[in-house]
Amino acid sequence: MDGAQPLVIERPALDRLITVLRDRGFAVMGPTVRSGAVVIDELRSGADLPAGWTDAQEAGTYRLTPSGHDAVFAHNAGPQSFKQVLFPPALTVWRGRRRDDGRVEADPPEDPPPLALLGVRSCDLHAIAIQDRVFLHDRFEEPDYATRRRGAFLVAVNCATAGGTCFCVSMGTGPRATAGYDLALTELTTGGPHRFLLEIGSARGAEVAAELAPRPAPQADEALAAEVVARTAAAMGRELDTDGIKDLLYANAEHPRWDDAAERCLTCGNCTMVCPTCFCSTVEEVTDLAGADARRTREWDSCFTLGHSHLQGGSVRASGRARYRQWMTHKLGSWIDQFGTSGCVGCGRCITWCPTAIDITEEAAAIRATDLRDLAAEGPADAHHR
Amino acid sequence: MRTIAELLADVPVLADLPPEQRATIAGCGHLAVFERDAWLLREGDPADRFYVIREGAVAIETFAPQRGAVTLQTLHAGDVVGWSWLVAPYRTAHDARAVERTHAIVFDGACLRDKCDRDPALGYAVLQRFAAVIVERLQRTRLQVLDLYDPASGT
Amino acid sequence: MTLAPLPHRIAARRQETGDVWTLALEPEGPGLPAFAPGQFAMLHAFGAGEVPISISAGLERPAPLHHTVRAAGTVTSALCDLREGAYVGVRGPYGRAWPVAEAEGRDVVIVAGGIGLAPLRPVIHHVLAHRERFGRLALAYGSRSPADLLFRDELAAWRARPDIDVAVTVDRATPAWRGRVGVVTTVLPPPAVDPAGAVAFLCGPEVMMRFAAAALRDAGLPGTAIHVSLERNMVCAVGHCGHCQLRELFVCKDGPVFCHDEVAALLRRREL
Repeated sequence: MDGAQPLVIERPALDRLITVLRDRGFAVMGPTVRSGAVVIDELRSGADLPAGWTDAQEAGTYRLTPSGHDAVFAHNAGPQSFKQVLFPPALTVWRGRRRDDGRVEADPPEDPPPLALLGVRSCDLHAIAIQDRVFLHDRFEEPDYATRRRGAFLVAVNCATAGGTCFCVSMGTGPRATAGYDLALTELTTGGPHRFLLEIGSARGAEVAAELAPRPAPQADEALAAEVVARTAAAMGRELDTDGIKDLLYANAEHPRWDDAAERCLTCGNCTMVCPTCFCSTVEEVTDLAGADARRTREWDSCFTLGHSHLQGGSVRASGRARYRQWMTHKLGSWIDQFGTSGCVGCGRCITWCPTAIDITEEAAAIRATDLRDLAAEGPADAHHR
Repeated sequence: MRTIAELLADVPVLADLPPEQRATIAGCGHLAVFERDAWLLREGDPADRFYVIREGAVAIETFAPQRGAVTLQTLHAGDVVGWSWLVAPYRTAHDARAVERTHAIVFDGACLRDKCDRDPALGYAVLQRFAAVIVERLQRTRLQVLDLYDPASGT
Repeated sequence: MTLAPLPHRIAARRQETGDVWTLALEPEGPGLPAFAPGQFAMLHAFGAGEVPISISAGLERPAPLHHTVRAAGTVTSALCDLREGAYVGVRGPYGRAWPVAEAEGRDVVIVAGGIGLAPLRPVIHHVLAHRERFGRLALAYGSRSPADLLFRDELAAWRARPDIDVAVTVDRATPAWRGRVGVVTTVLPPPAVDPAGAVAFLCGPEVMMRFAAAALRDAGLPGTAIHVSLERNMVCAVGHCGHCQLRELFVCKDGPVFCHDEVAALLRRREL
């Protein structure tokens, strides 16, 4: 909480935090190493944490490597985010059966277990706040998201490294967590034993912290933590100029750069799957063989599929150009009109996981450099010859 | 009884012409009544006239042996019927049939062409008005060709 | 999206054309709130899925909800195949309605193309039920062929009334058709109304609405007085699934009814 004295805990207390949260009935979800990547999964103990690992990321490249030290949070954003947990990729949203008299009865919805999210980076905290606007703070509330989100206990981690594709500084979303958490950690690996500066963000956070036997943080640790975050902020792999970006993209809907991006884009939808804010979903309904039991399953969808804009007779966005334009214009532009914030938190996942290394920061910069409005101002003949 | 020149003042496409030009055009016209199913124009005939409908309805048709008469468009009060009189080879392209009792003004195409040849200002004014009719008909036809309401093309 | 459909039963069904059916739905329990003209419901065909369908009559409860459905996809075909008494799940009402109150005291122009007459039918019902509140009422209805005309009994009844001006035109005539042939713009603006003071409601294929709106604007209707109902893919109806976006607009919750001025520029952009 604001102005509260920061605390410090040592490495074993982090393991204890997982136990404390589990004892309180939370399923603790956090980073762990699987299949050569840091993914989000249930943590049963501190041993599941990705200690000793870091990653090298560039456009189209992700490689997990030993860090050579035992820092727990030396990795950057992985292919998954906590979107996986709060907005599951596949979820049964309705189950019912048709009785012999033709009536249909539905099962009551199942409540998900209380969730604790451990290791939430500032970009992902902002991503959660953005999805809150979509699913909770708009006209209609998404009930499953609401249940998962409202009870969730959030342990943030301030970033001690910046990935090669990170640009949270440009988006104003990091690397330091400033709000929206119950507890926030800054990992300190110098100037003493392996330890964490612990900041408390809620009364519930204070209760949990009390069980970790923390001690007041010396001023030197506070300074060290600030230095860690400042170093990360200075090491961003990418930057994006957001000045007037919505109008820039709206005015450049016919920019030739979209064709250029479309030539590289495979419309695979990876960017939308790894994006922590992308919220599109579709619903499939299937029955058992007898046709008496039906289940409706919500699954993530992507605006890169033809089906996304499908109407009787065809798709509205049939070309790859239109689909890339939709994604990027929505993410950086129309999102602002819809929800009052950008849809991008600068986590860089879409850049890292694009199989053809398309870089949203590069695409935005290219359009800005050849803004059709500037060309139009120079006169139609000139614009025509560019 | 109103004169043909007076009647032309109510025809949308000619209404904005100066009265002298309307009078000149009226000089080539006379009034006629067509009973239901009477022909105004026949495909392949020399195109020597056109009509302005005062009241009633006229179908522009073509005949296909397997399909019978196909109505392409219907025309109504204020509409012009026939423009083949204006351009060589002056041959009528489609049948025009009264689908109900129809009052029309019939114009002698050769008469008006001759006046236009002698008075280029009148010729330009007439051509401009007929170009507007042809453009509107063409645009409507393009929309019709789209077959917008076909279930396969979306609603 | 996890909003559950309320069970209804088909109280009556009526075939409008070869592939269009109107279903009258009665709730098994307390039922849904009243619908406004232009709003839509998500109809659930058990085992097939959900589909957004506008209300075509029956705004007030306890009257049954009427939905007019063209069998075009899996779910709509399943709905059209259901018999009387069968289950249909319904949730709604959703979306922005036609601004009928705004039209009070003014002439009303209804421009419908194809199945687009269905979402406009409640507007006609509303104006005819409160006839003294409105100026002249004109319906311009374009259809593919005479066989595709919806609500034929009602059309005949409207034609017989002095207080509604009905113009029906078809793109493709049959030998027996004695009415107008040509696209719906040929009957715009309706001669009976004063364009400068009129309000227009348009629903049909997007191309048709673009040209009809242009014809009405040319005739003197301001863009603020022309309202269109747009169609986009909709899965959830509440702005969560992301499919129906038209740049910054969610057609499901910001529309489906929009003022032409709001969307004219967006509709001109290809594949937006």
